[in-house]
Amino acid sequence: MNSKFPRIRAMGERAILIEFEPEISENTLEKVLFYKNKIEGHYIKVKVEVINTYNSLLVYYTYTIENVYDEVSALTGLFQGTKITKKTIVQLYNIPVCYDVEFGLDLKLISREKNLSLDQIIGLHTQPIYTVYFIGFLPGFLYLGGLDKKLQISRKIQPRMVVQKGAVGIGENQTGIYPKSSPGGWQIIGNSPVPLFDKNRLPPCEISAGDKVKFYQVSKSEFLKISEEIIEGKFQFKKTGYEGGN
Amino acid sequence: MKAEIEVLQPGLFSTIQDAGRKGFLKYGIPMSGVMDLYAAKMANLILRNPPGSAILEITQMGPKLRFSHPVKIAICGALLSPKINNFPIGNNRVYKIEAGDELSFGKRQMGCRAYLAISGGFKTGKVLKSRSWFEGVTDNFKLNKTLKLPYESTNESKIETNASIKFTSEYLGTSEIDVFPGPEFDLLTEREQEILRSHNFSIDKNNNRMAIQLREIMGNSLKPIITGPVLPGTVQLTPSGKLIVLMRDCQTTGGYPRVIQLSETGMNKIAQKIIGDSVSFAFLG
Repeated sequence: MNSKFPRIRAMGERAILIEFEPEISENTLEKVLFYKNKIEGHYIKVKVEVINTYNSLLVYYTYTIENVYDEVSALTGLFQGTKITKKTIVQLYNIPVCYDVEFGLDLKLISREKNLSLDQIIGLHTQPIYTVYFIGFLPGFLYLGGLDKKLQISRKIQPRMVVQKGAVGIGENQTGIYPKSSPGGWQIIGNSPVPLFDKNRLPPCEISAGDKVKFYQVSKSEFLKISEEIIEGKFQFKKTGYEGGN
Repeated sequence: MKAEIEVLQPGLFSTIQDAGRKGFLKYGIPMSGVMDLYAAKMANLILRNPPGSAILEITQMGPKLRFSHPVKIAICGALLSPKINNFPIGNNRVYKIEAGDELSFGKRQMGCRAYLAISGGFKTGKVLKSRSWFEGVTDNFKLNKTLKLPYESTNESKIETNASIKFTSEYLGTSEIDVFPGPEFDLLTEREQEILRSHNFSIDKNNNRMAIQLREIMGNSLKPIITGPVLPGTVQLTPSGKLIVLMRDCQTTGGYPRVIQLSETGMNKIAQKIIGDSVSFAFLG
């Protein structure tokens, strides 16, 4: 590990920020999640929340930190002489997406700009196994890595005032699902009926950082059938154990 | 019959808040909770409520409320000319409310947010372990006329004044916000750092529980960062060179450089500012 990283320092009176090499990679995520786990294990008696992003961990204390120096030293100690081990099994979630043009508002635009047929776009989007880096921006919004380069396209110059709940979009090298209606600038290619955030459930999000996601195509009628299952409380995520995760 | 408050007039913007939603940041759920922790804590303390009891956070123009049953209340924070049955009352002390009494507010004298505490705390519903209202998480996110706010009635007539509690309203008038350098502060040019240390900024019309924008354009030599964690009190520098102070309902991650982090008292102070008010940053570290 480069001596400059991890960089550990206070962020205000209630948080300590830990930063790794500024890059978006599976390798960095592996490190981030390994230490996230370690820190959570260390603070069983003390109330802290640990969140991760691509290359950072934030340890948030539910109280004002009395002695920042001691906390930083304690955290630094956790990084000494440990070999990073991979969490070998994560969950792979198979998520249905309806790529009907009724939902895929920007499919035709992408088709023209990228010189791809609609089927090719759907093929390229359903092929990869995406990695969930973290959840942020909106409750239940998954930051996914692994989008095929052929599908990378810039955001809309004028963001939409309302992007529908469940909309599946692409923005630069990222793809994701809007967990609720919100303004947004991504190019929209479909819609997924699955509940990514349920305030009445604990935990409110089933998928978490480090998990894997694969999309599969469903027809409009299958989409409606899944939507009904969700309303009736019968829906369950299709998931399998996935080896070689982060 | 249950004890509840009827909303006769909703006022500008009021929400039920407690100490916030804990344990859900990793799902992208904002912390929420009271904007001015100090005032809310004092209001609960005066009533001998457990810390973090649910409280009504009232912004600038207060509502008109009617109580169905006797209870005790206290108001701390902004001075919004509160009245019981049209008789002016003061902040920072306990009042006994009788069945049918009406609490209203008048002209704003000082500050932005007042906190109405009720003995035992408001008993509105919990979602994800917190009573704090937040759009998208709780069904209600703003006080309106159709709502009834439940509470536990108390007939205890004795009003004990806790003499050991000294509440100061001085911070309402101060423009100096105590801050620490943020994670990207060191990457700013010396001139940009100097602007943050010495200039006055003013509160923009875009200010709410998620964020308070500052009007001035100070320039920005920094590139966006790889999306990273943000917190209430994080001050982001946008590509257009404006500062955004994130508040209690802020997102959990962001991609703008985080140039400043407010201290806890700094957050309480800025929560009491209204459009046009001037602020400056006093660096603690």
